[in-house]
Formats: sequence, C-alpha cells, structure tokens
Amino acid sequence: MRDINISELEQKFQAKIDNDVKIEPNDWMPEEYRQTLIRQISQHAHSEIVGMLPEGNWITRAPNLRRKAVLLAKVQDEAGHGLYLYSATETLGADREETIDDLHTGKAKYSSIFNYPTLTWADMGAIGWLVDGAAIMNQVPLCRCSYGPYARAMVRVCKEESFHQRQGFEIMAHLAQGTPEQKAMAQDALNRFWWPSLMMFGPSDADSKHTAQSVQWKIKRHTNDELRQQFVDVTVPQAALIGLTVPDKDLKFNEETGHYEFGEIDWTEFWEVVKGNGPCNKERVDARRKAKENGMWVREAANAFAAKRAARKSA
Amino acid sequence: MTKKEWPLWEVFIRSKAGLNHKHVGSLRAADAHMAIENARDVYTRRSEGISIWVVESNNLVASDPSDADSLFEPADSKVYRHPTFYDVPDGISHM
Repeated sequence: MRDINISELEQKFQAKIDNDVKIEPNDWMPEEYRQTLIRQISQHAHSEIVGMLPEGNWITRAPNLRRKAVLLAKVQDEAGHGLYLYSATETLGADREETIDDLHTGKAKYSSIFNYPTLTWADMGAIGWLVDGAAIMNQVPLCRCSYGPYARAMVRVCKEESFHQRQGFEIMAHLAQGTPEQKAMAQDALNRFWWPSLMMFGPSDADSKHTAQSVQWKIKRHTNDELRQQFVDVTVPQAALIGLTVPDKDLKFNEETGHYEFGEIDWTEFWEVVKGNGPCNKERVDARRKAKENGMWVREAANAFAAKRAARKSA
Repeated sequence: MTKKEWPLWEVFIRSKAGLNHKHVGSLRAADAHMAIENARDVYTRRSEGISIWVVESNNLVASDPSDADSLFEPADSKVYRHPTFYDVPDGISHM
C-alpha cells in the first residue's frame, strides 16, 4: 500500500465533503467522523426502537379497528427504521450486539421524548403529530448527510414517516371536534407533549458541543435552534386550525421576522431526563432488556432450526 | 447461552417485472429462508417489490476504494466511446 500521510487523507476527505461527494463504508474517514456517526446513528436507532414502547402501550386499546390497524402499521415501521439504522451503524464497523447492549447498560442515549408516559388515547395523536413531526424536521436534512448509508436510510425513513404525522394529526383533529371531554383530552395531550417536543431538537446552539464539527462534516445541515424555530412556525397554525391552544403564554408572532417567538424551555427538565431521571427512563430500558433476555430462546431456536434445515439439505 | 449472532445478509429487490434487482439494505437472519421472510417484512411493506434476492454479506466481493483510480480512471479519457464525441452534419437523421 502506498504511504500517504494522515493530513493528506484528511484533506482529500474534507474536499469530498465540500464537493458533496458521499462517503461510503470502505472509504477512508477520520476516526472522529466514524465515532460521531456511530454515536449519532446508534442513538437514532435506539430512539426508533424505544419509541415503539409508548405507542405499543395503546395497540390493544385503540378505539376501533381502523385506528388499531394504523397504529400497528406505524409501530411496525418504527421497528423497520431501527433496523435500517442499526445496519447503517454496522457499516461503520460497530458490532450490532454491543450497540444494543450499550442501550441496555445505559451507556447509549436515545431521544428523551420517549421517557414520557402515554396516559390517554389522545397521546397517540400528540405523538404522531408533534413527535413524528419534529423527527421528520430533523430527518429530512439528514437525507443529504455526507455518509451514504445513513443518508439512504433516512430517505426510506422519511418516505415511510410521512403517514405517521398525518395519522397523529387526524386523531387530534377528530378529538378536538368531538365532545367537550374529547377536546379536553386532546388539549391535555398537547399540553404535556408540546415542551418535550421542542426539547427533541436538542440543547440550544450555544450549549451544543457537537454542532460545529457536524456541520463542517455535513452530518448536520441545520443547527438545533434553526430546526426548533421551523417546527414552531409550522406547528402553531396547525394547532389553531383544529381549535387547540399551544401551552406557552409567551408565544407570539413577530410580523417583522415572520417567525413565532416562544417562551424559555425548561433545560433543567431536559438534562434531568437525558441523565436518566425522566418519568419512564427505567421502565423503557427495563422493557428493552427484558425483550432481549426473554427473546433469546427465539434466536437460539432459529439458529438450531437453520442448522437442521442445512443438514437436511446436504443429506 | 450461545452468543452466536445471525449472519448479515444483503437484500436486493426487483420492484417490477422488467427491472433489475437493486440493493436496498441489509439485515440479519439465521439462514437464507429467514432472510427472505425478514426482507419481505422490512423492505416490501408498501408493495416495493415482486422478487427478492438475499446474499450473505460474507460472500460479496467488492472492489477496494483505494484501487478506484487504477480501475476507473482509464475510462475517463475515452470520450470517443460516447456518441456525442462525433460530429454529424446538419440534416442527417436516424443516426
């Protein structure tokens, strides 16, 4: 192999990124780029999988068959999204099993939003509308991310998720037009999920330690605050249209900037949930750990069955 | 407890008759049969395909990115392999 020094490789790498040439698994990449992606993509994968839990909670209690079929399809999609992302993590040399164990030991994080409980059916509406809405806003720019396998996974995810947000909004719109109790239930769900949804975009730019480097590497195309503002701007009129009120007394439209101004986010709450002290952190990780442990026999049985089938074939 | 991980498989989907199979992603499965079933569940939930190929990732041989120059650069200088290289006088058709 030719002897090329690291700085030359780094220059070539950055030149590719600057020219919007995608980086593929076998291409040379700085170790820090690889580690940043492993961390981000695996967290993203964990979020998809843990995100199945709050919604899975309502599958057996959906109000009718149509809603149940839709929710089932949505939760199944999240499993698929987790799989695309775990596969993308593997292309970077991360071990699938270790990646998953990092979630179970608490070493790896996932989106803090899934540490909130789903108390009523309206929460299925709020999650689809707000949580998937915020996720889509984050994920659309990731379709142009510099790392090929991540960008391709995001294209699939975004295509599939467009129905997720609509089904959630439909639930909310329906409840908002229903009896006073149903409307109150929708409003309550909005009240509980609004601020955690804004927190989904991550710490404000001033406190985001990874943003600058990720923007230079084109892993990230927009800062957390830019995406959060965009989310507020599109979501507030949607709430108004179905007669619900965004729970923020400081919210007002600024005619000059064309953007909504909104109140201060409770960052103490955000960091507490990130650190593991949210309402459901323990429950979520326990559920994942149990799923692995209790499902282990299925994996072993599949291996045994595969061996049997192979033996029968060669006999 | 066995720690044996299921092997990794690459999945190729033919979206409709007349088109080639195209790589869509990968998954883990205990054997080829299960890989096809999982690929059906993961990659064709919205009628994306009518045929699936799975190949165990270990069996794929790929070119090395560091060989890209020697492999592909020779083609760059051979513009005469494209029809646009040639001058065709005005008035000539069917060519």
